[in-house]
Amino acid sequence: MKKTILAFSLFVGLATSALAQEPVKIGVITTLSGPGGYLGKDVRDGMQLAINEEGGKLGGVPVDLIVEDDAAKPANGRQIAEKFMNEQGVKLLSGIIFSNIAGATVPDIVDNGALYISANAGPSGLAGKECNENYFVVSWQNDTLHEVSGIAAKDLGYKRAFLLAPNYQAGKDALEGFKRTFNGEIIGEIYTQLEQTDYSAEMAQIRAAAPDVVYQFHPGGLGIAFVRQYQQAGLLGKFPMVLSEANADGVMLKALGDAVIGQVATSHWAEDLDNEANKAFVSGWKAAYPDRPLTTYASQGYDTAKLIASALKATGGVDDIDAVRTALRKADFVSVRGDFAFGPNQHPVQDWHLLEVVKGENGVATTVTRKKLAEDIGDSYSAACKL
Amino acid sequence: MRQHLIFIAAAIVCLSVLPLVAEATGQLALVGLTSRIMIYAIAAASLNFILGYGGMVSFGHAAFFGIGNYVVGILYFHHAEGVPLWGFIPGSNQLLITLPTAVLVAGFAALVIGSLALRTRGVQFIMITLAFAQMLYFFFVSLKTYGGEDGVIVRGANDLFALSLRDKTAMYYVILVVMVLFFAFLWRVVHSSFGTVLSGIRQNERRMTAMGISSYRYKLYGFVLAGMGAGLAGALMAVFMRFASPDTLHWTKSGELLIMVILGGVGTFFGPILGAAAFLILQTYLAAWTEHWQLAMGLILLGIVLGTKGGAKGLFDSIARKLRTEPR
Amino acid sequence: MTLILEQLLNGLLYGITLFLLAAGLTLIFGIMGLINLAHGSLYMVGAFVGAWVASQTGSFWLGLPAALAGAMLAGFAIELGVMRRLYARDHLDQVLATFALILIFNELTVLLFGREPMFVELPASIATPIELLPGLVYPPFRLLIIAAGLGVALGLYFLINRTRIGMLVRAGSTNRDMVRALGVDIRLLYTMIFGLGALLAGLAGFMTSPVLAVQVGMGEQILLATFVVVVIGGVGSIKGAFVAGILLGIVDTCLRAFLPGVLREIMAGPEADALGVGIASMGIYLMMGIVLLFRPQGLFQAGG
Repeated sequence: MKKTILAFSLFVGLATSALAQEPVKIGVITTLSGPGGYLGKDVRDGMQLAINEEGGKLGGVPVDLIVEDDAAKPANGRQIAEKFMNEQGVKLLSGIIFSNIAGATVPDIVDNGALYISANAGPSGLAGKECNENYFVVSWQNDTLHEVSGIAAKDLGYKRAFLLAPNYQAGKDALEGFKRTFNGEIIGEIYTQLEQTDYSAEMAQIRAAAPDVVYQFHPGGLGIAFVRQYQQAGLLGKFPMVLSEANADGVMLKALGDAVIGQVATSHWAEDLDNEANKAFVSGWKAAYPDRPLTTYASQGYDTAKLIASALKATGGVDDIDAVRTALRKADFVSVRGDFAFGPNQHPVQDWHLLEVVKGENGVATTVTRKKLAEDIGDSYSAACKL
Repeated sequence: MRQHLIFIAAAIVCLSVLPLVAEATGQLALVGLTSRIMIYAIAAASLNFILGYGGMVSFGHAAFFGIGNYVVGILYFHHAEGVPLWGFIPGSNQLLITLPTAVLVAGFAALVIGSLALRTRGVQFIMITLAFAQMLYFFFVSLKTYGGEDGVIVRGANDLFALSLRDKTAMYYVILVVMVLFFAFLWRVVHSSFGTVLSGIRQNERRMTAMGISSYRYKLYGFVLAGMGAGLAGALMAVFMRFASPDTLHWTKSGELLIMVILGGVGTFFGPILGAAAFLILQTYLAAWTEHWQLAMGLILLGIVLGTKGGAKGLFDSIARKLRTEPR
Repeated sequence: MTLILEQLLNGLLYGITLFLLAAGLTLIFGIMGLINLAHGSLYMVGAFVGAWVASQTGSFWLGLPAALAGAMLAGFAIELGVMRRLYARDHLDQVLATFALILIFNELTVLLFGREPMFVELPASIATPIELLPGLVYPPFRLLIIAAGLGVALGLYFLINRTRIGMLVRAGSTNRDMVRALGVDIRLLYTMIFGLGALLAGLAGFMTSPVLAVQVGMGEQILLATFVVVVIGGVGSIKGAFVAGILLGIVDTCLRAFLPGVLREIMAGPEADALGVGIASMGIYLMMGIVLLFRPQGLFQAGG
């Protein structure tokens, strides 16, 4: 019944506004199938949540979210972008999860004169010399995630670190990023295989090296396997970890169980951040999806939609793309993570926090914010960007 | 034969006017989709050549597709950076240099892989081609200079003399011309004495050996030719996508090429075009229709295998019928 | 020294998992002549059903029978519904059909269990690491997997070599047509073998579920390594699957563990790491290539 009313009011709302103007289409290219599927689902639902709050509008302008699954394949992302732009006249795009898909898709979008606003991937290849006025990143530049973990490890007084990441670009960037800010000694650095499932060989090496802290970046299922095996090998109590943001989202914590309680993590957003926008977002999400843990991906999708709302509010539509770009650049919206501004390369300048994993009320692991690690920092590539 | 020619001419005319029709009706993504279909058709046809005519089931054909892909990416990378590869190979963004280079490099890789793999047959051949492709996949993933897993972005696009191939319609016609030339060349090969010998080896290798024909050498020639075809397709794909990435070498890509060949009908000359079209059209439109498109895709593929007796021929006809009634 | 010993145990564990998957696959491949790409999906079914039942009931051990039953039922269902019609077809049709099954299984799993990875809680009694030797700390759960895997291998050995069904299986893998000609109900035999293969895959899926991520697509990750084991061991040979599985598990683990260190002795750190992990990733494929070039039929003949 509730649904019918909602649908009806939505319909009436749309019908009346349709007289005024066509809804602005927002194209969401995202990954919904395979192991990374939940990331795309959360980004999409975060955006949809912001739109539903306004009853189908963003910034007072009716919008239409068109979503398509790229199946984690770069070629599919390209094809979908082309269809969105050329066939459906989409001027605003977002949603790509993985950096390699962004690398294949984003240059084509920006060269076509459309705007791409990233809600997740922020590859280094597009942040420096190849930055573009039509390309915005709301989430983070990939390396920053790990630079902040380096700061955290240093801050916690660790001297000897052991690093692990899969042997691919994002993995190598992760460890480089960590080393950039962590001044201590690196006593071991292992690159794991991208399709590896068993990490016991690495566990034995960590035990033999006896580091102060372990930093590892393993996205998605790899991370679950790694952390669980780390705990089963009895290392979690001995050698603490600084979890990267990718290993500490709500879904991961649920999949890891009690294993990670007491560990620290770094993040640009947390469920308990004390600001009005975040409270509204968290309660809105819990009302809409009571069973689903809240992730940073959802918050990034939500923020992306809010940013778009701020621009649409200023321009009233996407007919004048230059005006939309100028409005976006101002970042005139209230982010769920608090302070937010764009740096010279249109990547975020924001705060980063140290989180601790604790047992929540219902027995499920959750995070609490311990302190602010870094304030208003951008990324290491912005200097190379000439916009 | 005459009928064939009329049909082929009609198809070429249809493909030539497609961009105009697409523009007139606002279906611009159709041009991109058709470009991809034509590129995959070349790759699938090259696989079909060794599979359908030569009886060699390669599960690692994406290796050559990916090598072609990377040659374009790497040449562009060095062109953009202005630093020659290994200090003496200059980069390039001229299509007339990148395409032939890609074809030659892929052919050379096929020569090396084929000369080893062709010592085995049957299931062992399937697996050893897979093994080589996987090794190459991991090799390219570990190339940090060329982006590793993220691949190489060909930001500036390739040029054909002064014509920039960033223009989608121009690229479409380039692909169309290359495809027509490739299929014409393949037609000559299939119907040459070489093609006949290859077919003979598939049907009865012992008899051909008894006739004094070195089956190993003929199969190797065929394998190299197919590798070059896949390299050509991979290079076109890199130019078209302006991007080269290791997922073009992954075993799932080899699987997709196999499926296109099987869908189109193994050993039929134009089958790979239909197979590539059916596979990509299904994927594109199902994905646009529902996020659970994989379920629909799986059921349709399963229905096709189980529903058509003997596979190839029935498949060919039923898909052709389906394509004709495709609403778009 | 303890480090080497520990790595050998780790290799053994990975090898056992590969063996459990490869045992079913090699029988199906050798006896029915069927290339089953969807074998990894049965592994996934086992993991998901086991994890789901374990989390619903709160008991880890209740997940075990559920995983076995789930995988076997799924196995019977696809054998009766799909595979049966594929035995007479050529390998290419089998590849296409079982590829379609992968898509179907993956998406059905998404519809039933959602996109998020599932969590399996280990009972504390087998989760806390114990000290095997001075300096060698090892999780008992891993030892349990190794023991269970060896038990299964022994059981299979008896089944194949001492029972009537085993006799038919052996006969079937050496000469399929002869068994048929002798008037054996070949359809029933096929269904049984397929069910057994599915059961073993489900067991592997459940056993690894507390260690790995239970997620959609997990079957494809391990599928290729399983095929490599089948081919190296010799298609149709259980003994071959066992030897090749253990061998591959140990080689893969040791390459990963020791190669970068060895290379670091002779070259600069980062390059040694990159090269080491590159070679280690290629390791099993390199091994398969070498074995096939010198022993095209694999290490063991079928029927053993």
